[in-house]
Amino acid sequence: MRDARSRVRRPIGLRLWLSGGWITLLIIGAVLAPLIAPHDPLYQDLFAGRMPPVWVDGADPNFLLGTDSLGRDVLSRILYGARLALTVALVAGTLTCLIGATLGLIAGYYRGWVDMVISRLVDIWMAFPPVLFAILLIAVLGTGLTSIIIAIVVIDWTRFARVVRAEAMTQGTMDYVASAQVVGRTKAGTMFAEILPNVLPTIVALLTLEMGIAVIVEAILSFVNLSISTDAPTWGGMIAEGRTSVHQAWWVLVFPLITLFLTVLSFSQLGEGLKDYFDPVLR
Amino acid sequence: MSFLEVENLTLRIARGPRILRAVSLGVDQGEVRGLVGESGAGKSMIGKAILGTLPRAIQVVSGRISLDGTDLQTLPARERRRRIGAQVALIPQDPLTALNPVRRVGPQITNRLVDILGWDRSRAEARARELLDEVHIPDPDRVMRSYPHELSGGMRQRILIASAFAAEPKLIIADEPTTALDVTVQKQILRLIKEMQDRHNTALLFVTHDLGVVSKICQSLTVLYAGKVIEDTDTRSFFAAPGHPYSQALLHATPKYTDPEDSLTPVPQHVIDAVEAEVTDFDKGLGA
Amino acid sequence: MPFLRTILARLAATLVTLFGAAVIVFVVIRVVPGNPIAMMLPPGATEDDIARLQALYGLDKSIFEQFVIWLGGVVRGDFGTSISLRQPVLNLVLGRLPATLELSIMALVIAVFIGGAMALTGTLRRDTRTEAAIDVTSGMALSVPDFLWGLILILLFGVLWPVFHISGRVSPSLDFDFQTQFYLFESVLRLRFDVWADLVSHMFMPSLALAIPLAAIISQLLKQSLKETMHLDYVTLARTKGYSEASVITREALPNAVLPTLTLIGVQFTFLIGGTVIIERLFSYEGLGNMAIDAVINRDLPLIQGIVILFALLFTVVNLVVDMTYAALNPRLRHA
Repeated sequence: MRDARSRVRRPIGLRLWLSGGWITLLIIGAVLAPLIAPHDPLYQDLFAGRMPPVWVDGADPNFLLGTDSLGRDVLSRILYGARLALTVALVAGTLTCLIGATLGLIAGYYRGWVDMVISRLVDIWMAFPPVLFAILLIAVLGTGLTSIIIAIVVIDWTRFARVVRAEAMTQGTMDYVASAQVVGRTKAGTMFAEILPNVLPTIVALLTLEMGIAVIVEAILSFVNLSISTDAPTWGGMIAEGRTSVHQAWWVLVFPLITLFLTVLSFSQLGEGLKDYFDPVLR
Repeated sequence: MSFLEVENLTLRIARGPRILRAVSLGVDQGEVRGLVGESGAGKSMIGKAILGTLPRAIQVVSGRISLDGTDLQTLPARERRRRIGAQVALIPQDPLTALNPVRRVGPQITNRLVDILGWDRSRAEARARELLDEVHIPDPDRVMRSYPHELSGGMRQRILIASAFAAEPKLIIADEPTTALDVTVQKQILRLIKEMQDRHNTALLFVTHDLGVVSKICQSLTVLYAGKVIEDTDTRSFFAAPGHPYSQALLHATPKYTDPEDSLTPVPQHVIDAVEAEVTDFDKGLGA
Repeated sequence: MPFLRTILARLAATLVTLFGAAVIVFVVIRVVPGNPIAMMLPPGATEDDIARLQALYGLDKSIFEQFVIWLGGVVRGDFGTSISLRQPVLNLVLGRLPATLELSIMALVIAVFIGGAMALTGTLRRDTRTEAAIDVTSGMALSVPDFLWGLILILLFGVLWPVFHISGRVSPSLDFDFQTQFYLFESVLRLRFDVWADLVSHMFMPSLALAIPLAAIISQLLKQSLKETMHLDYVTLARTKGYSEASVITREALPNAVLPTLTLIGVQFTFLIGGTVIIERLFSYEGLGNMAIDAVINRDLPLIQGIVILFALLFTVVNLVVDMTYAALNPRLRHA
């Protein structure tokens, strides 16, 4: 059995390289945006509106990926948009993970009334459509980076809580946990020393997945014009604009869409790849 | 020529060791042949090879299997499947897992008749009722409407026996059909299989590790060790004087045939060494 | 009767969940800083006008009092009046619900067909390149959410090869007068196949976008479940009876493999319904989700409340129906 599975497993895996490579590229692009972006992402030039990308007839070589209806450079806006997307991914992803995983760990290991309360809350959360909930929260909190992050944490902590709770519950029934307590560890000590390391691979995989989800939620919020200020460069905002002018200027939709697609795909493939990589059974 | 002829059948695990080594055996109409060996000797694989249900990882290296003189390998896949379905039936080992839990018992008996042999439903149902009666199940109509989990293990094995005989097969392969049952039920089931075989005059290949069972119902037997036929003889002469040292040792390791005063003797190491040497010689002879 | 007791326990849990959801929405939207009433009145309205209108909508009372009043109304079937559309919330919501239901169910049907076909093919051709290709496809489909699939579909079937409508529910030029809002259903009953075709052309892309991730999940779960079942004794026994591999899979393995998949599909279907919110927006489809986003942007508190509660109700009902279907299909539970 072991042999058969290890033969199937690829060493480190192409998908880890590809997805990790794209994310690294994106991080470099975002950090260096002020240096490498060919134009100011906010600069409008109505005479240079809807210029196609360079390889299409009638293009201006100054605008590699063309311009939108207000004459803003698509490439520069994608690069600056990556800053917001990656900030949200990193901060919202990490916070969601910390809060959700902690609650899940406590619920799954301590059980009893704490578990009752947390599980009931998770049930209630599951009854909300997440996108509507996020939009509602932004309407309440007002637009802006902090609001987006809070909204993502509030709607998505249950994803971690659910999975980590189930895993902690299984781990809690294992013999090694009982023996750790016989040896004289405290309950909290056992939780961190014995349970946490065993659920960590799952948490890491979920965290990467969550970063992809955070990027999507941010894009959706910008798409319905509820992210940060309206003319700031966001992928979702660019997609919203591109959607309305798709018949006249496909590139305004296509390039941010490809960027968003690859980013989300990479985060999730990275998560899957890391999970396999850390999984002691598969290794 | 026997109804079932297995000739020089050699199987191996893909890129792995051989599991059957040039096995030949035959079962004639009305004959009950025991196929005996320790677990892992490959006896179940012979049944699977005949029925065409070998796991994908196992390759047929050489040999032929024929039913009624027809080499199965010469038939196109669909025809082969249907021929086996019509002429051969399996009584499985574990009655608890051999019935589909979400389907009623009745259709599980009649489906071969209706779907493969093209009977009409009412005729197939009448036949199923008749068979359940033959295997001494009271109130066949109620049983046919039941789900498997509502019935006991012994009851389910009776149903599987009835189902096996439904299409009047020429050959029945019983794969350790009593191993999973309670000791008290084992005897009844064994008697039932023998009774059904007598009545329908079928060929029966009885796969077992239990020489006690063989002495009760088999006329002939084939002893298998590590996928190689060690002995092929009739039951009477086997129990009178087994030809091969391994067979003798096997007989001594079986409680019924040992003097109660005598303690049970496991198969001695020198016998195992000798028979292992035979297997190795065989492999060498093939140049493996 | 343990079966009945389980159902009753589930119903009780459902009510608690709905109540909790109502409380949370009620509190959250009343922390909204903007004054919805002020937005309704023309500029130059006096403080007095605002106060009068606030009293009319009950917004001058404490949150607790408002909740009790609202709950009392809900029990009588009164969900209040929409501030922006000035109509009873219940009528508005029920008017849009059929559009969202038709979209969700069409997506579910598409997902079951695609996912089921992938799972069956993958099982039939297991351990081959075909199965590997199916695994890669479903992995990709699952990694990318419905919103992005919707955009990609717009590019493919709206721009590159414009064969389907990319916005709306039905072409305004069509002349028809239906009794219900279940247009798709009613168009078949009335044999108005021109209307039916137009509806399908509008629904094709949004429902496919919603279906893709669910199809991937169905494909993965069902295939895994089927492959496990293929090793079981009753499947082997069916093979010896002369059935082909394909009929062994569909007749013996499928009925058993469906059961564990079904419960998981229930939860996933609620995610799909949740996805209609943004997909309806993307395709300007006149359903509940699109109305919900407008309600949030207009700060229409009674309408938001009504829609969110309806969604919560929908989710819990779906889960309940799945549980009951599971029990009905599983003979072990049915006779327990």
